[in-house]
Amino acid sequence: MNASGDISALPAILTAVLLVGGAAITLVGSLGLLRLRRFYERVHAPTLGTTLGTACIAIASMVYFSAIGTRPVWHELLIIAFVTVTTPISLMVLVSAALLRDESERKGTTPHNEGSERR
Amino acid sequence: MSAMLAWSVTIAEILLGCAMACAAFRILRGPRAQDRVLGFDCLYVNAMLLLLTFGIRTGSSLYFEAALIIALLGFVSTVALAKFLLRGEVIE
Repeated sequence: MNASGDISALPAILTAVLLVGGAAITLVGSLGLLRLRRFYERVHAPTLGTTLGTACIAIASMVYFSAIGTRPVWHELLIIAFVTVTTPISLMVLVSAALLRDESERKGTTPHNEGSERR
Repeated sequence: MSAMLAWSVTIAEILLGCAMACAAFRILRGPRAQDRVLGFDCLYVNAMLLLLTFGIRTGSSLYFEAALIIALLGFVSTVALAKFLLRGEVIE
């Protein structure tokens, strides 16, 4: 820690609480990814965990850089907005791919052959 | 006060490292391809959060830009992998 000599008490406590809380929420989400049994249960855990953990850690970074600088810092809001928008999109595409793969496996075909027949 | 902040940054790095280990284990062990893609998605978000934590530790804003690039490229690669699982090719 070379740059935190001149930070006052309240932003330091806020940064510390948000950092540890966000990291713990992310760890809970990743443990859910590790421990849950089926794929469709496993999808939910890292989505919720990483979204809330990203929000907490980016807000901690905003608070810290606003406290050690002279003017407020807002550009971490870009990361929050981007992760909040893109995580549900990627997980929905992934679940639709998993549904298609499961269904074609139940029917005994591969999705690639089915796609070439349709084309 | 800065000692408390240093300890909280260290604890957050350890927790995020454990989260990355969980995601990496799911990538290595995942029974099917979609489990591996899901573990990859979780892994890059955890790496981005670890970079933000490094930025708080060192006090430089370079890590923020690296984290933003990881978020952008990670989303694109996850969607490309899911599209590959869906159709067998990325660009139709």
